[in-house]
Amino acid sequence: MNAGEALDVVGAGTRRGVGRPVDAPHVLDVSALRGVVDYEPEELILTALPGTSLAEIESLLDARKQCLAFEPPHLTGSGTLGGAVSTGLSGPRRLKAGAVRDHVLGFSAASGRGELFKAGGKVVKNVTGYDLPKLITGSYGTLAVLTELTIKVLPAQEDTRTLIVGGQTAGDAVRTMANVLQSTADVSAACYLPRDISVPGTATHGAATAFRFEGVTPSVEFRLSRLRHQLASAGSIAILDLEGSLHFWRAIRDVVPFAEDSARCLWRISVPPARGAEVLAKIQTSLPGSRAFLDWGGGLIWLQSPGEADVAGTLACEQKIRSAVAQSGGHATLVRAPADVRRNVSVFQPQATALAALSKRVKLQFDPKRVLNPGRMYADV
Amino acid sequence: MKMPAPDPSILARRGEVLARLREAVPDGVIEDEASRRAYEQDALTAYRQMPMLVVLPSSTREVAAVLRICSALGVKVVPRGAGTSLSGGALPLADGVVVGLARLSKILDVDYDNRTVTCQPGVTNLSISKAVDARGFYYAPDPSSQIACTIGGNIAENSGGVHCLKYGLTTNNVLGVEIVTIEGEIVRIGGKHLDAEGYDLLGILTGSEGLLGIVTEVTVRILPKAETARALLIGFASNETAGATVAAIIGAGIIPAGMEMMDKPAIHAAEAFVNVGYPLDVEALLIVELDGPAAEVDHLCAQVTALAREQGAVSSRMSSSEPERLAFWAGRKAAFPAVGRLSPDYFCMDGTIPRKALPAVLARLKDFESEFGLRVANVFHAGDGNLHPLILFDSNQPGELERAEAFGAAILRLCVQVGGVLTGEHGVGVEKRDLMSEQFTEGDLAHQERLKCAFDPAGLLNPGKVFPILHRCAELGRLHVHQGKLAFPDIPRF
Repeated sequence: MNAGEALDVVGAGTRRGVGRPVDAPHVLDVSALRGVVDYEPEELILTALPGTSLAEIESLLDARKQCLAFEPPHLTGSGTLGGAVSTGLSGPRRLKAGAVRDHVLGFSAASGRGELFKAGGKVVKNVTGYDLPKLITGSYGTLAVLTELTIKVLPAQEDTRTLIVGGQTAGDAVRTMANVLQSTADVSAACYLPRDISVPGTATHGAATAFRFEGVTPSVEFRLSRLRHQLASAGSIAILDLEGSLHFWRAIRDVVPFAEDSARCLWRISVPPARGAEVLAKIQTSLPGSRAFLDWGGGLIWLQSPGEADVAGTLACEQKIRSAVAQSGGHATLVRAPADVRRNVSVFQPQATALAALSKRVKLQFDPKRVLNPGRMYADV
Repeated sequence: MKMPAPDPSILARRGEVLARLREAVPDGVIEDEASRRAYEQDALTAYRQMPMLVVLPSSTREVAAVLRICSALGVKVVPRGAGTSLSGGALPLADGVVVGLARLSKILDVDYDNRTVTCQPGVTNLSISKAVDARGFYYAPDPSSQIACTIGGNIAENSGGVHCLKYGLTTNNVLGVEIVTIEGEIVRIGGKHLDAEGYDLLGILTGSEGLLGIVTEVTVRILPKAETARALLIGFASNETAGATVAAIIGAGIIPAGMEMMDKPAIHAAEAFVNVGYPLDVEALLIVELDGPAAEVDHLCAQVTALAREQGAVSSRMSSSEPERLAFWAGRKAAFPAVGRLSPDYFCMDGTIPRKALPAVLARLKDFESEFGLRVANVFHAGDGNLHPLILFDSNQPGELERAEAFGAAILRLCVQVGGVLTGEHGVGVEKRDLMSEQFTEGDLAHQERLKCAFDPAGLLNPGKVFPILHRCAELGRLHVHQGKLAFPDIPRF
């Protein structure tokens, strides 16, 4: 290859469909950078090469009763640690345990300048220098190619149970979730599935507002039974046991309700949680036939667009989604669409002028010739 | 401690800078020497410097106007909240303008449904919790200066506190900011939603020590207060058994709300100061706090007590009332002033180490005490490995300040050598600036400095902090780093 030619950086490739297509003459395959370098359960840290599969890391942690608290989604397969960090997608526990970025402690990488560097550290508490581990999280490989990652791991939950309130409207569900999240119920996830959406293998009759309780058994039982009393008049109540809960929340994490219909576009919309139902209603009024469910207490909308995923249809859809989000604050990302659609539609929320200029300057400091995943996030970044 | 040399051409234009700032902030420019003196140092009291001017804007618009003027005239800017930095983050420059944010002190919005508070940067940490207390909420990060320190300063330093093991540092509790860049541009990042889009600029602004922009508005997450909290006071015959107990607690899957350790000198100093009944016949003391519903707290207290006994704890008490819980904490929270009574001066160090290295590090500190001829008392955020050795000295004794500085540097080098870092929560500032190359190569630092160039290409925001060498951005752009080393290792350090 010649100097200045761009690279499409790929690990396991499970998240390759997220973001704009990269126009690069070469692929840099980093999947061979594999293996756990250091795992110290009592220090709550794990260091691994970025191509290590999430499944391998999760089974290693499981053996020591620990976990990745940010619950990275397994989209089209488990993917790698590097992919989970680079895309920065967090699961249902975001509400309580934080996002991917809150668990990335340190890394080594090669920047777009071809220079190796490291940042952060290998301890759980550190403010030495800029927090580049946060910048690298969710940067879609556009700043540097990761060569090693250190993440914070946490104890796994001893027990898990789920309380489901049946039959609520989206508006009532978001109000209920807001009330529960303001209480000391201390739920680790809260989602809402309308009547037409269900999780295969979990019996829900009609719409389901679901709350997850995690912790030591006496605590889980106490909080669950108290909430059950408090919500007795809100609708029919069902409880999922440990196995049922793990199954249900894995499905929410992995967006299973929309996994099958891959011909349709999938949007991930982040808004202030209490406004979830209102934003969704606005979008669905202008996009009849779209289907959606809510996670993060209403703060995360997964929306499948109606009709075929062509460029014209998706542009129209985008305009309606962005106009609804503009009123509430937040952003929308097109996380699944054919390549030609992702090339012609803004996949990520377009940024205000000053912020966009700042983002571009950050990119150019790390990768002045734009050789790493050019255009993956924004056409000119 | 060398700071960048004052620029005589700026000092010569002081009158012009003053006039322009007065146009922008008519009632908020401090010129006379006596009033400026209040700003000459922060909580790192070993260093002081009179600023050229101080300006106190009272709106985002005024902050933007001030920064546009400074940017146009090439004047350096030192942002300041309450001035409680322990690392000299707000230390002024002789040719610089201190921009104090104290007048931006309004809480703008309390939103219980979204569990957020939006406020201006000069609001104190504690007053956020107070504003939402009646509804049973609080803001989790609780640095010990929380009565005085501001949320803007907390963002600059990514402040922690005794509860951050379970509830996170500032960075884990901030959802949005409005900043003004050195060029006077207003940029909003994030909001009330749970993840800001695009590059995580919120993540790098938090903990950027005032080098990237001035925060003018903040949205933080608030949490419902736990129903019950109980503290355990556990005594040990050695630092090793106390350390092993901490590992056993984490190993058992318990993340306490707080887990603090004190060594014998710290225990004795604290007990003499507040008289709360700390055991004086132990070598190490752990305070472990559990919070949540009573059913959970009782269950976990029993588990922790059993684990401590297995590891050989010699005494154990559980708080039986809220006043007693607060009394257990009173000694720990008063540790700094208590140690301050033993000695005219002390330095508080702030390294983080892997917890397993604790016994070895404490043993080395004993050696250092005789090597440097100074005493040290240790308090320790044991759960996350954040060590706070307090070095006692008397600056009136010739040579003691220098010996204390050398002692501090030796401790931080040791932290890095055992796999830790220079600072867990106090920031680099000027205090640890010249030690950055212990932890980072020239290449690592070049990547951090280039990030600054994206925000502040002329290097006007808080220069002389964090980075041991001042590079010009144009020079950094050309620099080729080979095997972690810059091509010009002989560039003078200041």
